Amino acid sequence: MDLFEYQAKALFAEHGVPVPTGKIATTPDEARAIAAELGGKVVVKAQVKTGGRGKAGGVKVADGPDDAFEKATNILGMDIKGHTVHSVLVEQASNIAEEYYASFLLDRANRTFLAMASREGGMEIEEVAATNPEALARIHIDPLTGVDLAKAREIAVAAKLPEAALDGAAELLAKLWETFVKADATLVEVNPLILTGDGRVVALDGKVTLDENADFRHPENEALVDVAAVDPLEQKAKEKGLNYVKLTGSVGIIGNGAGLVMSTLDVVTYAGEEFGGQRPANFLDIGGGASAEVMANGLSIILSDPSVKSVFVNIFGGITACDAVANGIVKALELVGEVTTPLVVRLDGNNAEEGRRILAEANLAVVKPVDTMDGAAKLAAELAAAAA
Amino acid sequence: MAIWLDENSRIVVQGITGSEGSKHAKRMAASGANIVAGVNARKAGQSQDGVPVFASVTEAIEKTGANVSVIFVPPKFTKDAAIEAVDAEIPLAVVITEGVPVHDTTEFFAYAQGKGKTRIIGPNCPGIISPGKSNAGIIPADITPGGRIGLVSKSGTLTYQMMYELREFGFSTGVGIGGDPVIGTIHIDALDAFEADPETAAIVMIGEIGGDAEERAAAHIEAHITKPVVGYVAGFTAPEGKTMGHAGAIVSGSSGTAQAKKEALEKAGVRVGKTPSETARLMAEIMRSL
Repeated sequence: MDLFEYQAKALFAEHGVPVPTGKIATTPDEARAIAAELGGKVVVKAQVKTGGRGKAGGVKVADGPDDAFEKATNILGMDIKGHTVHSVLVEQASNIAEEYYASFLLDRANRTFLAMASREGGMEIEEVAATNPEALARIHIDPLTGVDLAKAREIAVAAKLPEAALDGAAELLAKLWETFVKADATLVEVNPLILTGDGRVVALDGKVTLDENADFRHPENEALVDVAAVDPLEQKAKEKGLNYVKLTGSVGIIGNGAGLVMSTLDVVTYAGEEFGGQRPANFLDIGGGASAEVMANGLSIILSDPSVKSVFVNIFGGITACDAVANGIVKALELVGEVTTPLVVRLDGNNAEEGRRILAEANLAVVKPVDTMDGAAKLAAELAAAAA
Repeated sequence: MAIWLDENSRIVVQGITGSEGSKHAKRMAASGANIVAGVNARKAGQSQDGVPVFASVTEAIEKTGANVSVIFVPPKFTKDAAIEAVDAEIPLAVVITEGVPVHDTTEFFAYAQGKGKTRIIGPNCPGIISPGKSNAGIIPADITPGGRIGLVSKSGTLTYQMMYELREFGFSTGVGIGGDPVIGTIHIDALDAFEADPETAAIVMIGEIGGDAEERAAAHIEAHITKPVVGYVAGFTAPEGKTMGHAGAIVSGSSGTAQAKKEALEKAGVRVGKTPSETARLMAEIMRSL
């Protein structure tokens, strides 16, 4: 899960990473009140989970409460790369002497953690990496020993930060590492990391990605979810413990196993090319069990999506036998009630023949059994095109 | 021969008294695997379906000669279980558990690397099977007989699908390496082991979106693998920025796409199927030509 800047900074502050004082506002009036409380110049920053806010006009300096009101009025509701601005962070303006870059992240390729830091800050780090790779220090972090003050200083030195910033940067980096570990983050990024006119090192921006597998250690993370941005069907699926992603097409997909479902999306897309570009309407992995109840929950979510014109149930019976899955489908259709959307079902693997026999005997008009995955994908796409 | 798991494998199940652990220990035993021990510190001295339960992996090894551990404990205890297996210096630890925090995996993987005695497979994987010899994990044993195809895959059900489509040829070993961002065994490890295994004639490699493991495997194949390799990559149509079921299956910006992986594999001389069935057909052609 990616955090908003204000959430990232709150997390930083909690772990002792210096950040400017500020508060979040959802209305221009709130922005004015915060500016009055902070006093002096403030910065009004659009809160959206995308880069390039400054260029889009989503970050403005205001010289007082009334100006903050005006800037917030302009920024709230703005569209930045498809993201609508619903809130602004109003914080004390900083006296910036220099801008740097620092981050800790999961390095998948090397199966370890990585520190990246640079004297060049404030611009996209990908750009620095491409145009001036020597300016970007990359240091592997041993997951077992982590980053103490000495290691943090080593990173700051490798990034060629000036002497005046070294102590402050080392201290900040050690705290940033603590944030990375304690919050179970896969990325903590500060860009820019600044040296102020009075010699302090401060995180002027913050980007954090949290590992959702670690949510059991962080019940407080639930409050960080941007409820407005969650698709209602995805929300409903999550409540039922289903692994569902809303997509844009017309063929509803249910399968068991993430890899098989991803593969099903591909096969349906290829098959759909013949039928006016029919595409999958969703990703839904019902897992190994595939009980009648899970099948019913999955089907009801998919059938409640008005863009779904046909459904492809793609099951490979591994641990669960296909006869159990077939019984699950029959019961699920009873539980869901009146279904008119055609259901193309492909059962293969463990007890597939028995499963097909059960479906044939149930004699359900909407169920169309097909023996192969490719054949089933084709029929599902064809039926979706016919219903469109 | 086979890789990493064979008729001499003696399996200890960590978490054997839990619902998943007990269910799959029975399934593994029924498929012919030699399940010699279970571990649960609070139930040491008892037995689970006839399998003796010990207080620790070390004790299980001492008393039973176990040389493979399969870990079924819940995510919050997985790191400790893996570290226990590594401390016991067991040669192979298969972590089935799904939903392990990536900080925990990164830590126990680094710990295992440091000790240098234990290969970790997983987490979030279906395990490893050498059909007719042994079975460590949850891969159904009745899909395919033994044979000469080696398989390495990030996905469980695609592994089953591929084994099913190629069951007339049979498999030396199938390894499900798992779909997490950090995993103990990667495609390259399995490719090297299959290359060295005289019983394996050809290799199927299944990948999916996210990370660059397939690209690195492609470079490795070009330089080091002489046996024929057929590939499949899932997730061509996955949208950017969305996690598709597996924690590691996410396209970030322009990196981790299925297209890039396919191109890298093809450049390395790997024939890549557009669908699982086409991939199986490509492998069948190779097997018939051998």
